[in-house]
Amino acid sequence: MSTPDKKPMVGRRAPLVDGVEKVSGRAKYTADLDHRGALVGRILRSPHSHAELLSVDVSKARALPGVIAVITGDDCDKPYGILPIAQNEYPLARERVRYRGEPVAAVAAVDEKTAEEALRLIRPEVRELPAYYEAGKARQPGAVDLHDDRPGNLEREIHHEFGEVDAGLSAADVVREETYDCAEVTHVHMEPHAALADYDAERDRITLHSVTQVPFYVHLRVAQCLDMDESRIRVIKPFIGGGFGARTETLNFEIVACLLARAAKGKVRMKLSREETALTHRGRPRTRIKLKIGMTREGKLTACACEVEQTGGAYGGYGIVTILYAGALLNAIYDIPAVRYDGYRVYTNTPACGAMRGHGTVDVRHAFECLLDTMATELGLDPFQVRRLNLLEAPTRTINDLVVESYGLPECLDWIEAVSGWKARKGGLPPGKGLGLACSHYVSGAAKPVHWTGEPHAVVNLKLDFDGGITILTGAADIGQGSSTILAQVVGEVLGLDFDRLTVIANDSRITPKDNGSYSSRVTFMVGNAALQAAERLKAVLVAAAARKLEAEPEDIECLGETYRVAGGQDSGISFKDVVSEALVDTGTITVKGTFTVPREYQGGKFRGAGVGPSMAYSYSATAAEVTVDEVTGRVTVDKVWVAHDCGFAINPLSVEGQVQGAVWMGLGQALSEETRYVAGLPVGPNILDYRVPTIVESPDIEVKIVESLDPGGPFGAKEASEGALSSILPAIANAVHDAMGVRLTETPLTPDRVMAALVKQARSAKPADARGAA
Amino acid sequence: MAKSILRLTVNGSGREDAVPANMLLVDYLREVAGLTGTKIGCDGGECGACTVLVDGRPRLSCISLAHTCAGRQVETVEGCATDGRLSLVQKGFHEKLGSQCGYCTPGMIMAASGLLRRNPRPSEAEIREALSGNICRCTGYVKIIEAVQAAAEGAP
Repeated sequence: MSTPDKKPMVGRRAPLVDGVEKVSGRAKYTADLDHRGALVGRILRSPHSHAELLSVDVSKARALPGVIAVITGDDCDKPYGILPIAQNEYPLARERVRYRGEPVAAVAAVDEKTAEEALRLIRPEVRELPAYYEAGKARQPGAVDLHDDRPGNLEREIHHEFGEVDAGLSAADVVREETYDCAEVTHVHMEPHAALADYDAERDRITLHSVTQVPFYVHLRVAQCLDMDESRIRVIKPFIGGGFGARTETLNFEIVACLLARAAKGKVRMKLSREETALTHRGRPRTRIKLKIGMTREGKLTACACEVEQTGGAYGGYGIVTILYAGALLNAIYDIPAVRYDGYRVYTNTPACGAMRGHGTVDVRHAFECLLDTMATELGLDPFQVRRLNLLEAPTRTINDLVVESYGLPECLDWIEAVSGWKARKGGLPPGKGLGLACSHYVSGAAKPVHWTGEPHAVVNLKLDFDGGITILTGAADIGQGSSTILAQVVGEVLGLDFDRLTVIANDSRITPKDNGSYSSRVTFMVGNAALQAAERLKAVLVAAAARKLEAEPEDIECLGETYRVAGGQDSGISFKDVVSEALVDTGTITVKGTFTVPREYQGGKFRGAGVGPSMAYSYSATAAEVTVDEVTGRVTVDKVWVAHDCGFAINPLSVEGQVQGAVWMGLGQALSEETRYVAGLPVGPNILDYRVPTIVESPDIEVKIVESLDPGGPFGAKEASEGALSSILPAIANAVHDAMGVRLTETPLTPDRVMAALVKQARSAKPADARGAA
Repeated sequence: MAKSILRLTVNGSGREDAVPANMLLVDYLREVAGLTGTKIGCDGGECGACTVLVDGRPRLSCISLAHTCAGRQVETVEGCATDGRLSLVQKGFHEKLGSQCGYCTPGMIMAASGLLRRNPRPSEAEIREALSGNICRCTGYVKIIEAVQAAAEGAP
């Protein structure tokens, strides 16, 4: 029997289904939407880091001609937050402001000039309070509590111990401890925040277009803060210009836009400046990691003890999840018999931190891979050898109840070792040049959703109509990562159809099924599985119709996509369009649904905090960086990066490469130059010049190897590809800097200042360094 | 602010609009001409998302006054396609995945188009230099370079 020469849909290097819109300028982002008749919304922000808000006088602003609405914290007394257990933020501050830049009041006016003028007329009266910009200061005895229910400014402390840590450390031949300090970083998605809220006063309904990664969570919180029934709200996500985690929770401006629209009884357009976008933040917190590792002489890990303190900012946000991730993913990459984790999430008078690509895990992985390298060097062991000695054997359940079904790390290491020329080149590079290795991993979707309802984790609807086109309806938010393309590939593969029959419609709460959103790298795995099931159900309907038409049994029908026929028969079969026509008889438009739920056995253990870390699958990465360090300026240049990423199966290898390159590059920025510094609570550089995102000139070639371990639970074996690789580049670079210069830097970013300080310290030290020194 | 008549060519068509003296080119293009392909990514001259071509040369429309383009030829991403088909640069960005979220893409495409007109066979270093004022947060730039190279190779 011949099969037609058809390109499979999965495994194909497919350009994005919405790529033409992006390159032609036709893609409409929130700020591009039709805003005729919309009022201009503006936010007044606190100039104080910490103060009691005694009153906010808006009378003069309200009296200004052209001002339609002015609102303050008095207009919304419903707190919100992404985690149902930590909702302590108001869209506009009430009673207290806790960071410089916190929204205090908002105006809707006929034009920008009037709105700006109105903001200047608003007079908040405050009594200043002591402010704390560092976790250590906020935790000092006698410090004023930012939140009354969190004494000592500790949002959450975690104490987990799995296995016998003290015994493990005692059994070790070498125990080393080091403290690492990683600076706060932020997302810098290229599209500044924006929202368009349209209130229908006649019907008491609101439509919100916003830049979110999580339209469903925005929907919930808008309803909550506006005290409206959820059915009166419609949330639409247009094209969005990146997210990287910044938009994985409802943000104040989205709710403020809705409050303003209702107060003004009309449409309000809110566009935040780059500075305001930076102040909205939700980035990776400054993280201090005290790490102790025990190892045998041969390099086998015996135990690990890790203490983490995160400078969390002024509000809860994802904080509890972040501090839990930091500990949970000490596991599930290497075989460590015992792990102790003490985590401290601290409130400070800075913009709230949140989720950022590699949520919670990046800085801890940096510390771990650096200390592993330090100990390997001390023991005279090769970094590859140490990692290979401590590999997991999948399938396995870790000591903290994480289930690893697929594990491509060994293949990742093999490729990196070969392609980087490690054996021949390591130790033999010219002065100032070095090679470094590190590994990392990440979840493919958090096994427990943020908002537990008992519903499936993902739902996809397919609509097939008279025209023979299939519409994939999904709530999964394509934020540039290509999720819509992946879903089309999955559906097309099952049905044997190409892109021209498939259309993805996403993210309109009136039309598309609810989805939890794009976070924790969940979409390919979870929504992909739902799409797979939906497509199989649709195929069953089509096969049944073809069987009727061909007067055969369904099990004898062969689906070739554009043709259905009786398997093994001589007949050429019938066309897809004829099958569709038959399928529609007596029923009309066909809609089918696919769902996916993570089975209970993958949802984690029974201890407090066990809900964060579990996933049905983990991705694995190994990365090598080659660097040049300028001994005169201290400047680190990354010359080349090799990264091998185990994504289970690449549904779209082009996309996987793009995601892995983007993740590694983002980590490279954190490693070398990115850092949010505050002076008296004000970010020093809330713009793209001072906050140093690498340009194309200083970005190296990043060579990607896709490793396919075929996860048994993933759609076609797929796991995540967008986050896991990020964590490995920071320590790979730091380890390469050590290889080049013999210095170990324990702070990130590795700025010229820090590198020079380390080189000077090394030069002054009487003892020779533990590796090749500077030439 | 007093308005005066601005006459210029946008994507090959002549326009006449009453424009305030202090209006930025990006606001003119987006709000007056309705060409929202040109993006604003920063508070002025930081990111390159607003790059357009003025008389064939890349310019940041967010720090240019609209009236400085009087009598000139302005080109935006909407003007790249010919007969409804993508230009080679656009095709390169689409097919090589030089565009992920797409927000920096119009500026990148205009900067790259300007480069290829000046220099149809640029080296990798010349591509990097020409795009050094355009920030992309998604791609790590690797596939952007491939996209521009593909466009250069595809040119007759």
